Amino acid sequence: MNLPHPLARSLVIVRKTPFFVDLGVAACALALFFAVVSTGVYWFQKPIPVVPISNSIGALPAYAFYSLVRMAVAYFLSLAFAVSYGYIAAYNSRVEPWMIAVLDILQSIPVLSFLPPVVLAMVALVPGHQLGIEMAVIFLIFTGQVWNLAFSFYSSLKTIPREMLEASRIFRYSGWQRFWQLEMPFSAIGLVWNSIVSVAGGWFALIFCETFTMGARNFQLPGLGSYIQSATNSGDVHALLAGIAAVILIVVATDQLVWRPLIAWSDKFKFEQVESSEQVTSPILELLRRSRILDTLPGRIWNQVEEPVYQHMARTRECRVVRPLDESKSAKAPPAFWAVAVAIVLTVGWAAMQAMFMLSTITWPDLRLLLEGAAATFLRVNASLLISAAWTVPAGVAIGLNPPLARIVQPLAQIMASVPATAFFPILLIGLVKIGGGLGIGSVALMLLGTQWYILFNVIAGAMAIPSDLREVSSLYRFTRWQRWTRLILPGIFPYLITGMVTASGGAWNASVMAEYSHVKDRTLQTIGLGAQIDAATDHGRFAMLLLATIMISLMVVTMNRLVWRRLYRLAETRFKLEG
Amino acid sequence: MQEMAIPNATLEAPPAADAIIRAQKVEKYYAQPSQNRIQVISATDLSIVPGEILALLGPSGSGKSTMLRMLTGLSTPTAGEVYWHGTPISQAEINVSIVFQSFALFPWLTVLENVEAPLQARGVPPAERRERSMKMIDVVGLDGFEAAYPKELSGGMRQRVGFARALVVEPEVLFMDEPFSALDVLTAENLRSELLELWTKKTMPTKAVFLVTHNIEEAVLLADRIVVLGRNPGHIRTDFALQLPQPRDRKSEAFTHLVDYIYKVLTQPDVAPAEAPGQPAEPRTRDQRQMRYQMLPHARPGGIAGMLELLLDRGGRDDMYRLADDLAFEIDDLLPIVDAAQMLGFLKIEEGDAAITPSGEVFANSEILRQKELFRNAAVENVLLLRQIRRALDAKSDHTVPEDFFLDMLDEQFSEEESQRQLETAVTWGRYAELFDFDSARRRFVMPDALEEEIASTGDAK
Ligand SMILES: Nc1ncnc2c1ncn2[C@@H]1O[C@H](COP(=O)(O)OP(=O)(O)O)[C@@H](O)[C@H]1O
Ligand SMILES: [Mg+2]
Repeated sequence: MNLPHPLARSLVIVRKTPFFVDLGVAACALALFFAVVSTGVYWFQKPIPVVPISNSIGALPAYAFYSLVRMAVAYFLSLAFAVSYGYIAAYNSRVEPWMIAVLDILQSIPVLSFLPPVVLAMVALVPGHQLGIEMAVIFLIFTGQVWNLAFSFYSSLKTIPREMLEASRIFRYSGWQRFWQLEMPFSAIGLVWNSIVSVAGGWFALIFCETFTMGARNFQLPGLGSYIQSATNSGDVHALLAGIAAVILIVVATDQLVWRPLIAWSDKFKFEQVESSEQVTSPILELLRRSRILDTLPGRIWNQVEEPVYQHMARTRECRVVRPLDESKSAKAPPAFWAVAVAIVLTVGWAAMQAMFMLSTITWPDLRLLLEGAAATFLRVNASLLISAAWTVPAGVAIGLNPPLARIVQPLAQIMASVPATAFFPILLIGLVKIGGGLGIGSVALMLLGTQWYILFNVIAGAMAIPSDLREVSSLYRFTRWQRWTRLILPGIFPYLITGMVTASGGAWNASVMAEYSHVKDRTLQTIGLGAQIDAATDHGRFAMLLLATIMISLMVVTMNRLVWRRLYRLAETRFKLEG
Repeated sequence: MQEMAIPNATLEAPPAADAIIRAQKVEKYYAQPSQNRIQVISATDLSIVPGEILALLGPSGSGKSTMLRMLTGLSTPTAGEVYWHGTPISQAEINVSIVFQSFALFPWLTVLENVEAPLQARGVPPAERRERSMKMIDVVGLDGFEAAYPKELSGGMRQRVGFARALVVEPEVLFMDEPFSALDVLTAENLRSELLELWTKKTMPTKAVFLVTHNIEEAVLLADRIVVLGRNPGHIRTDFALQLPQPRDRKSEAFTHLVDYIYKVLTQPDVAPAEAPGQPAEPRTRDQRQMRYQMLPHARPGGIAGMLELLLDRGGRDDMYRLADDLAFEIDDLLPIVDAAQMLGFLKIEEGDAAITPSGEVFANSEILRQKELFRNAAVENVLLLRQIRRALDAKSDHTVPEDFFLDMLDEQFSEEESQRQLETAVTWGRYAELFDFDSARRRFVMPDALEEEIASTGDAK
C-alpha cells in the first residue's frame, strides 16, 4: 500500500544504503557467533581457580573480550530482573511496600562485601565448571546494577498518566500490547540513563573482583581487572598503562557506540506534547538508520513474531472484557500467595537465626575495631564528598554558564564518570608506596576519582538550567558576586547538586570497601576503616566479622539516606524549584 | 421554557431491556489515607439508550468522570451494579470507546499506529487493520498525516486522532470526557459541528453518545438529553430531554432560555430544581452535622472584586448567563467567583440573576486597602476555616500552626486532593485579607509580616 507521507519523519533522513554498513553488520553477526562459541568452550572447561595472566599486550584484546562478555551478561540479566521486579511491585499492591523496602535496603548495601559468600555458593552450585566462579562474579556485578534499574522502571510505571492507562484498558489491550506500546516506551528514557550509571558501577566492581583472595584460596579470572592487577604486582608499568588504556577505550567506545545512539533514539519516547529544540545527536544512529537491513529487518521479524501473539491474545478473556483499574484489594489472596509468604518468612527467620549465632562469636576487641572503622570510613566518605563539591561547584557553574563550553565538557564528564576508578587505583598505590604515604589519604583520593564526575555532570546541568531571564535580572540589578551566588546560582543548582551528591555518596561507600585495603607486590597496605575490615575478614575467611561489617555499613548508608539525603531532596523539590 | 424541557424523563424511561448500559443504584467511595472513605457518588440510576446524545453536566469535582468510568467498566462501583444489555458489565464483552480530555495518545506511535492499536488488540489482521484505520483517518479529516507523530500536530488535530482511534473500533457507545475543553474556542466549535454531522448523517455506526462536560452551551448545543449532576456527594439534580431540532441556533430564545434554566440549577445547589417537583427527596447519606466546613470555591479575591465591580457598572444586577458571556467565561470559571461572592455575603442569586448586596456595593466602591479590610471582616464572619486558622494562630504562643492540623480536619470531609486545594484557597484568601501568611518551606501557617513585627515589638517592650 502506498502511503502519502507529507509530515513523515522518516522522509527527513535520506534513505541511501551505504553498502559498507550492511557488510559491517553481516561481519558483526559472524563475529558474534564465533564469540559465543568460544565463550562457551571456555566456560565449560574444568575450573582453573587461578588462571595464569600474561602481561603481554597481545593478550589484552582477549582479556578485554572476556571482561566485556561478563559485563554484557550481567547487564542483560539485571535488565530482565529489574523489569520483572518493577512490574510485579507496581501492579501488586499487596507486596508493593515490601518489595520497595527491599529495593531501598539492597541498593544501599555495598556489593563488594557480598563477594566471598557468593563465590562459595556459586562454586558449590556448579561444581566442576569454570562457570561457577564466573557466575559468582557476574552475580556480583548484577547485584550492583539491578536496583536502580528496578527502581527506575517501577517509578516510571507508577507515573504513567491515568488517562493513558484507561485508554489501554478501554481499547482492551492485552498485557503484551500494554507492555510494548505503553509501559516500555514510557520507561525507556529512565532505563537508558540508569543503565549508564549501572554499567559504570559494574565496571568499577568488575575490575576489582576478577582477582581476589579468600582464606587460603585465590581466584583469578582472565580479564582486564586481572591483567591490571597482575601488571601492578609484577611492576610492569607498560602493561599497566596498556590495561588502563584498554579500559578507557572500552568506556569511550561504549559511550559512542551504545549510549549516545540510545539516548538519541530514546528521544522519541519523550513524554512531552511539544517538540523540543535541543536534541542529542548521534552519527552512529544516523548510520544505523540508513542501513536498509537494520531498518526494516528487525521490524519484519518482529511482526512475524508479534502477529500470532496478538491474534491469540485477542481471543483470550483478558482482551474481551474491560478490566477495571481499581480492582478491589480486599479480594481473597490465592492460597499460593500465602504458601509463598510463609515459606519466605520461615526462610528469612531461619537465616536470621543462623546469622545471630554467627554474630555471637564476635569478641569485644573485634567490635571496637569495627566501630572505629565505621567512624573513620564515615568521615572519609563525607570528606571526599565535600572535596568533590568544593571544586566541582565553582567549576561546574563556570562551565554551565558558558553554553558552548558546557556542550563539550558535559559529555566528557559523563564519560569520566563511567571510567572505573578501580583501574587507576594501582597507579595511585604505586605512587603512594614510592612517596611513603598511607592508604588513609589514598582511599580518599580513590573515592574522589570515582565520585566527583557525577557531581560535576549534575552541577553543569543545573547551571545550564538557570533561566536566562533570571540571569539578566541579576545583572540588571547589579547583584554583587555574593548576592549572585546566594540568591541565584546556589538555589538554582541545589536540586541538581543534591542529585549528584546522592549518586556520588553511593559510589563512595562502595569504593571504601576496596580503597582501604590492598595488596601491592606482596605487601598489604591498609588503614583503619570499615572497608578494610570487610577486606581483611574476606582475606582471613572470618565470616562473622564480614557479616557485622556489612550490616554496619548498610545501616549507615540507609540512615544517611533517610536522615539527610531524602530530606535535602524534598527541600530541593519544594523550595528550590526554579520554574522557568 | 417548560415546553422544551421535559423533566424527569427517567421516570418514563424506556424499559430497561432497551438500555445499552444501565447503572442501578451505583455508589462510589474513595478510600482516604486516614481510614475515612469519601463518598463521591451517592446511589444513582442512569441508563444509556440507543439513538441519543446524553450530556452529563456539572461543576468540576461533582463526579462526572467517576460516573463515566463506572459506566464503561473502568471503575467498579462500591455498591450497585452496571449492566451491559442486561449482563453485569464485568462479564460482558462490551464495545465502547472513550475520547479523553488529555487526548491520551501514545506520543511514540504515529497517527496511523495510534489508530491501528485498538484493532490490533482485537486481533484484526494487518491488511484490514490498515485499511480501516486509513478510512477513519480520512473521515476525521487527517488525510495525509498518517506518518506524523502526535507532538507534531496541533491540539485540534490531536483530538481528531483521538476521535479516529475511538471510532475505528465501531463502538456501540461513544464516551467523551470533556473532549473539547483543552482546545481553543474556535477549534472546539469546529470539532463539535463535525461530530454532530457524523452523528446525524449516521456515518458512524455508533448507537449512543455519552458526553461529559462542564460547558452548558456545549451540552445544549449537542445533547438530546441532559443530566445535571450536583456535588458532595454526586447526585442527579435534574434529567430532561431536549426537543430543539438540530441544527440549533445559539441566539434563539429557546436556546438561551434553556441555558438560563441550567445556570439557575447550577448556581442554587441547595434548592431543588423548579421543574422537578415530583422527584423523591435525595437520600442524603452524609451526616449533616459532620459537614462543618463550607466548600471554599477556588476563586481569587481579585476575581471576586473584578466581578463585583463589573456588576456594579451594570446597575448591580444582571443575568448570570450574560455576565459569563461578556466576560467570555465558561461556567466553570465564573461559578467559583459567584459562589465565593455569595459565601462572603457580597452577592445574591435571584431567579438566575446575580444581584449585588449592600455590603457588596460598598466593597466594589472602595479602594484597595479598604477592600482588603472589608474582605477580612466578611471572611472572618462567614468562612469557618479562615476563622479557625486565625483563632489558632492567635491562641498559640509562637503564632504558628502546622498545615497538617487543618488538613486532618478537612480530610474528614473532603478527598485528600480537595483538602489540599481547600487549604490553598484559604491561603490565597488569608494572604489577601492579611489574616495570616503561609510558610511553604515549613508548611506552617504564620502571622502576616506586619503583625509579626507588632507582636515582636510589644514582646520587647515587656
Ligand atoms: N482515584 C481517586 N481517589 C480519590 N479521590 C478521587 C479519585 N478520583 C476522583 N476523586 C475525587 O472524586 C471527586 C470527583 O471527581 P471527578 O469524578 O473527577 O469529578 P469531575 O469529573 O466532575 O470533575 C473529586 O473530589 C475528586 O477529588
Ligand atoms: Mg473530570
